Amino acid sequence: MSIEPLFSRRNPWFVASVGATVLLFIFAAIVGFVWLPSVQKDAQFEGLWNAICSAAGVPQIWDRGTPVVSTLRTSTVIVVPDMLAGPSALSIGRGATLSLRCTMCHGVQGISDANTPNLAGQYATSIYKELQDFKTGARKSAIMAPLMVNLGEQDMKDLAAYYAYLPRLSAYHPPSTEPSPAVVLSGSPMRNIAPCASCHGGLSDKAGSPWLEGQSSVYLRVELDAFATGARHNDISGQMRNVARQMTPAEIDAAARYYSNQP
Amino acid sequence: MFNSKRLVLAHFWLAFATFGLALLLGEWQMYMRSPLHAWLQNPEIYYRSVTAHGTVMGYVFPTLVAMGFGYAITELSLKKPLVGRRWAWVGFGLLALGTVTALVPVSMGLASVLYTFYPPMVGNPFYYIGIVLVVVGSWIWVALMLINMRIWKRENPGRPVPLAMFANVAGSCLWGWTAVGAAIEILFQILPVALGFTSTIDAGLARVFFSWTLHAIVYFWLVPAYIAYYTIFPRAIGGRLYSDSMARISFILFLVVSMPIGIHHLFADPQVGSGFKFVHSVFTALVTIPTLLTIFTICASAEIASRLRGGKGPFGWVKALPWDRPIMLATAFSFVMLGFGGAGGIINMSYQMDSTIHNTQWITGHFHLIFAGAIVIMYFAIAYDLWPHLTGRVLNSLRLMRAQLWLWFVGMIVLTFPWHYVGILGMPRRMAYFDYSDPAIAPEALSVVLSVIGGAILVVSAVLFFIVLIRAHLSAKVTPAAYRFSAPIHEVKSVPVALNSVALWIALMIGLTVANYGYPIAQLIGLPETSVPAIRVGSQ
Repeated sequence: MSIEPLFSRRNPWFVASVGATVLLFIFAAIVGFVWLPSVQKDAQFEGLWNAICSAAGVPQIWDRGTPVVSTLRTSTVIVVPDMLAGPSALSIGRGATLSLRCTMCHGVQGISDANTPNLAGQYATSIYKELQDFKTGARKSAIMAPLMVNLGEQDMKDLAAYYAYLPRLSAYHPPSTEPSPAVVLSGSPMRNIAPCASCHGGLSDKAGSPWLEGQSSVYLRVELDAFATGARHNDISGQMRNVARQMTPAEIDAAARYYSNQP
Repeated sequence: MFNSKRLVLAHFWLAFATFGLALLLGEWQMYMRSPLHAWLQNPEIYYRSVTAHGTVMGYVFPTLVAMGFGYAITELSLKKPLVGRRWAWVGFGLLALGTVTALVPVSMGLASVLYTFYPPMVGNPFYYIGIVLVVVGSWIWVALMLINMRIWKRENPGRPVPLAMFANVAGSCLWGWTAVGAAIEILFQILPVALGFTSTIDAGLARVFFSWTLHAIVYFWLVPAYIAYYTIFPRAIGGRLYSDSMARISFILFLVVSMPIGIHHLFADPQVGSGFKFVHSVFTALVTIPTLLTIFTICASAEIASRLRGGKGPFGWVKALPWDRPIMLATAFSFVMLGFGGAGGIINMSYQMDSTIHNTQWITGHFHLIFAGAIVIMYFAIAYDLWPHLTGRVLNSLRLMRAQLWLWFVGMIVLTFPWHYVGILGMPRRMAYFDYSDPAIAPEALSVVLSVIGGAILVVSAVLFFIVLIRAHLSAKVTPAAYRFSAPIHEVKSVPVALNSVALWIALMIGLTVANYGYPIAQLIGLPETSVPAIRVGSQ
């Protein structure tokens, strides 16, 4: 073993390398935290300490004006992938009882003949979110809103659990032979339209996106139009409004017809 | 002294076998998203392929090459048997097991998260467990390299550690420390979600941890190529190494400054302050120093070899170099690709210029030119150089080897130059398809087709590479002369302790990591409400 000291001020390699590294760090820090921010004229960089904190990434509230309150009511539901997973049998049973009020429009088995959505087998998250949105007014419906008045949080969870539990509509339509429309499979990247199938099943399912196969084409078209005009605005972060606004009437028609013809 | 031939061959063959498969996936991806093929009906298939390609090429292939080469260097340069060979086999087993464990869920479409993980996307836990096994296997190698050097130093007090071994240990230490970032991300952030213990993840913090690994990993891939420049190339062209100290300083600089610079991958990320981005940008610029030192030293070594062969004139000596030797060709090609790739890299690390090419195909072009070009071509050279010693058989397909290296070079240029160009046009990366009928994208179509052709040339080159290696296993038996690394012009009698040990440089590397990463990481850990729900890939 060498007896020459390594970590020692008598070792010129140690002094030079540590010294150069420290000097370079100080230089970079002064430029990055003091000099460059001083060129910025924005409020968050004013003053030395402020500039250093901003450059270090410390969150600051620098705009102390009153926040702008939106008059548009949007959804208050926070959807996470694992929510409402694994409901109890009791919850499903209560949901079945509560669902008697829904049968007039949504069918005895959750399958509708009235151009209203089929609910059998729908994701619990989707049903729960729509019920909440009808109640808060984020989604407007003269028919649904009065029915929500006396519906509590647990009632909505039970209804969601019950409908998610019901078997999906199968072989209701003859299998369609027409090819999938481009907007469903590929979307239109240049117009910022994601493929329908990347959230609503087919390619991938995303939390909060309902399952669409077999829904009424009339219902799908009406809702897409409502998203496009902004009349419906309970989609989280405006995702559906952004998509529908970019879709042509022909694409809306093709997507609605495609999904309604799926088994 | 070469006892671990089977160990090294096992590493090389597993490395090249996985490389061959991943290369085919890469070319398939190029083709599928080019105008030559209709849009993929299911883009998930594309991302599945990208994940497999990246996982193999990023984690498995270079790690196996570095490990196999490291074991060979240990025995060949220290001239004594490898200590801990049984542990080395355990490491190899972990890598093989980890590779399979990771790739099964990927091929099933349960972990199409790309090799950079991209939280809040979370895939099947076995994918991450596989990656952890790969990293743990490689840490065994890191430990063995340090132990072998320490034992040799104890037995040879005062003597300088052979350059190849010193560089090898520097590279292994770099990997040992840089892998910690991704390991923390997987063990403490991703796996708890993947296994179902929690449902949210701090994506911003996870990206910072990954950047800790993501840039220095490139220098870990690079070290075997640099070892070949310094310790194989001068000998293979009949010359001597210009400076042993310059070589040691280069490896030391890589060890110190390639680690605390990863935030230049996060220039567009809002969770990191601009001051730290600038500091990382400055330290990234320092990486040019060891690179330029290397180019100077190796060119000087080449000039010495050429003048010994009768090369004349200020540039005439270039012609007198032994261009018929594969190592000469490989190194020259590697330097050209390193030059272009490095120039592109200076744009990427410049805080402002990066914004013009951030997240475009330019980036993909850049790291393919540097890694798949400049580095992998030296992996081929290393294999050609070691093969006769590993197999005990002659390697006589010289023309085939030259053709293979030429094709790899041409293919890589044809692949990556158009790739850079479409990036400047603004073509985003990580896309499964493009609408080339759109007037805004149509000008990119021709360049993308050129890249597909470049990829096809690379596939042909890889086929030739396998033919060369397999033919060597079947050729006549020989007893090759004892393997030797390049000798420096001036025999190294003693070196300062700083150039003969890694402790000081490891201390500086860790110190700089704390200085450059400490605050951003501590701040993000301390901030409340920064976690977001995980997006489970391949679920429902």
